[in-house]
Amino acid sequence: MKNKLIELKDLTKNFDDQQVLRGINLDIYENEFLTLLGPSGCGKTTTLRIIAGFDEPSSGQVLFNGIEISKVPPYKREINTVFQKYALFPYLNVADNIAFGLNLKKMDKSVIAQKVSRMLKMVGLEGFEKRDVTLLSGGQQQRVAIARALVNEPKVLLLDEPLGALDAKIRKQMQTELKKIQREVGITFIYVTHDQEEALSMSDAVVVMNNGEIQQIGSPTDIYNEPENRFVADFIGESNIIEGHMIKDFLVEFDGYTFECVDKGFPENEEIEVVLRPEDLDIVEPDKAQITGVVKNVTFKGVHYEIIVETESRTYMVHTTDYAEVGRKVGLSFGPEDIHVMWKMGAY
Amino acid sequence: MRRPKNGGVWMILPLYLFTIVFVAGPLLYVLALSFAKANDGYGVTWAFNLENYKRILDPVYQNTFKQSFQLALTSTVLNCLIGYPFGYFMARLPEKKKKHAMIGLMLPFWVNSLIRLYGWIIILQKKGLLNHLLKSLHLIDKPLKILYSYPAVVIGMLYVLFPFMALSVYSSAEKLDWSLVEAARDLGASKTKAFWTVTFRLTLPGLLSGVILTFIPSMGLFFIADILGGNKIVLVGSLIQEQMTRGSNWPFAAALAVVLLILTTLMIMLYRKITNAKQLEGVGWE
Amino acid sequence: MSRVKKNSKFASVYMGILFFLMYLPIGVVIVFSFNESKLPVAFTGFSTVWYEKLFNNHAMMEALRNSLILGALSTFISAVIGTLGAVGLSKIRWRSKGAMEYISILPLMIPEIILGMVLMAFFYMMGLPFGMLTLLIGHTIFCVPYILMEVKARLAGMDPALEEAARDLGATPFRAFLDITLPLCMPAVLSGSLLAFAMSMDDVVISIFINGPKVSTLPIKVYTQIKTGVTPEINALCTIMLAVTLLILGLYSLVKRINQGEKTDEKQAH
Repeated sequence: MKNKLIELKDLTKNFDDQQVLRGINLDIYENEFLTLLGPSGCGKTTTLRIIAGFDEPSSGQVLFNGIEISKVPPYKREINTVFQKYALFPYLNVADNIAFGLNLKKMDKSVIAQKVSRMLKMVGLEGFEKRDVTLLSGGQQQRVAIARALVNEPKVLLLDEPLGALDAKIRKQMQTELKKIQREVGITFIYVTHDQEEALSMSDAVVVMNNGEIQQIGSPTDIYNEPENRFVADFIGESNIIEGHMIKDFLVEFDGYTFECVDKGFPENEEIEVVLRPEDLDIVEPDKAQITGVVKNVTFKGVHYEIIVETESRTYMVHTTDYAEVGRKVGLSFGPEDIHVMWKMGAY
Repeated sequence: MRRPKNGGVWMILPLYLFTIVFVAGPLLYVLALSFAKANDGYGVTWAFNLENYKRILDPVYQNTFKQSFQLALTSTVLNCLIGYPFGYFMARLPEKKKKHAMIGLMLPFWVNSLIRLYGWIIILQKKGLLNHLLKSLHLIDKPLKILYSYPAVVIGMLYVLFPFMALSVYSSAEKLDWSLVEAARDLGASKTKAFWTVTFRLTLPGLLSGVILTFIPSMGLFFIADILGGNKIVLVGSLIQEQMTRGSNWPFAAALAVVLLILTTLMIMLYRKITNAKQLEGVGWE
Repeated sequence: MSRVKKNSKFASVYMGILFFLMYLPIGVVIVFSFNESKLPVAFTGFSTVWYEKLFNNHAMMEALRNSLILGALSTFISAVIGTLGAVGLSKIRWRSKGAMEYISILPLMIPEIILGMVLMAFFYMMGLPFGMLTLLIGHTIFCVPYILMEVKARLAGMDPALEEAARDLGATPFRAFLDITLPLCMPAVLSGSLLAFAMSMDDVVISIFINGPKVSTLPIKVYTQIKTGVTPEINALCTIMLAVTLLILGLYSLVKRINQGEKTDEKQAH
């Protein structure tokens, strides 16, 4: 078991009369790539800023290696940040930007130069020392920002939507690279994003947040396959969410049919919600499935077709590589393991 | 929005102290003074009364107010007529020429206004350049008496305040999305119609802020009336100055100042109400 | 890039005439400062006699010295107050902040005549002797807003994350101010200071209320001279003042250009 590095306990934060964090409890481990994921205004950036020390929590604790640090100013924390728009100092060149923190520590010039060039090599900007940071491309500025933070050898690197300003292609490339850098330096990365794809592809652990509360913590696979509530199911990927009843363990009822499933532990006849991922559904002949309907719309999405099927009770979205023409009567087939039963959420 | 306190307090302290003592303090003092009573010789008696304000309505001063208001109005209207096209044309110049025009407009603004007015004295005086020129062209026999007259003061006001108007209109027209004008034309508006319905409407904030920036000073710039108008034109500003120095009725001067201030505030509030803007266009002249 | 349509011929002529009228009086002053004759009617011959007379005029030189000292001191003091104030304002979240900002800009909004009169009454009440001290305070009052506004505008365009980044990298709040915020604001401080200095050198209306009987500034001297009687000496003085302001303006635009240069660089990077 890895060691706990940061513990957030009952964190709340109010700005004026607005509550942006409503009791955050989170353990962050050493050498972990953790992502705070959620829509804008969900409190993910505030959480990050509290960890960095730019904001103080209204109540609750931030423990770093077991020591309370919520009142410790940012410059005394072994934590560094990569800012959303990089925040490179415009009048300093690349090397001086990276060396900023080391210079403050009054480190020896030759040591600084050595560290700087090692960092530049790691982020793939060898020989860029004397360049003007304002003339670099977005991706290059991003790398300098990462180097500037990592050169201080922090225990934790915070990244606040660092790829948000980059275009799609460079973003993909940087995702891979960030993951590589994290493995190389072997420290904890806490990454904030609203992009679920980014979160799922890079992280060891994903924390889904909404409305100042944590919705679910888990590995990307868990989060995707076993969403705990409607918000998570909705936010992570596309899904068909259907209200129903849990008749008993391993048996669920929705749309007027009963299905076998793999979920248990719900009270009998509990009202629940079921998630059916579009890619888990198959189009079959009408007589081979319980749920049947008519194809309303077909859109080609590159790899698969997105097929909208209208049944008696609702419309389903299906992602499949098989074509089905509009107007055809079809059946929807899925196995017990494709049904994800969730607790029903109050209105959020 | 999300900014913690980090040493902001000691930085702000000098500004707070200075502003409270030397800006808010004097203004409040003068407000109090305007309700005091002037002694016969020097000094004031601190007895609350409204005499000073009533005195403003005295027929003796009515004329000053009327004259001052008229002058301000005349110079402001003329300023709009001359300055609006200028600012508008300037905004339509190509980038490079725009910059040059900007410098051209700002440069005189940087030259001491007295120097520039003095230049007008040389031009306008009886034996001055203008008369000399007109005479040699045989347009007039007798020299025109422009200096020390109403028109001379208007010229001076226009001259000093013109850049404010032009810049206000310019900064408003510069921000104008010209594609809106094109859209209006595309939708069938004539050139004139497109101008009045789109361009003029959207540059109105600039024009209005220009009006405020020129109207209020027109009532206070006593030195223009003084050197270009001789003793003939008395502005509210001249009256205040006179009461402070020769008349030595400070409470009355204070009341005049308060009224002028309220007028200024009202105009700015009106402007904000009309345009929903927070700041005057073109005030931060850059 | 711009879809601005070309101006008509009328527009060019119109702007041309107005520019001519704008520069005419300035040109006249310069030309006649080198005129031999005392009468400003026709140019009779080149001469620097008026400059000589001017430099031998002790009262005038004294006024010049006063103006320079006043301009430099009030600019310096207001640069300190204004810069710290603008940076401080961007950090605090007090309720009084908006009101304070408004009041501190007031000296720019209030007609000069009122500001002058108000200060005269106030200084008298405070028992301050009218002279350099009252002038210094008065000029500082209307110089602060220029610097405050320039620096504020600069800060508004600045990413607040820059200072946070500095603190994140180990800088104390004070170091972050010195190393990051101040250098980034410096162009604005400079341009604001030049503006303030020019305004101080230009001011008649406020100064005339608070200068007292013994101290005179250059603009006041020019004002009284123009009122009492015209001598070409004034032309010479005006030309010199013009040269000085042009020098300041040159510096100002240089500073601005450096600012702008940075901005275009940033644009290119995006």
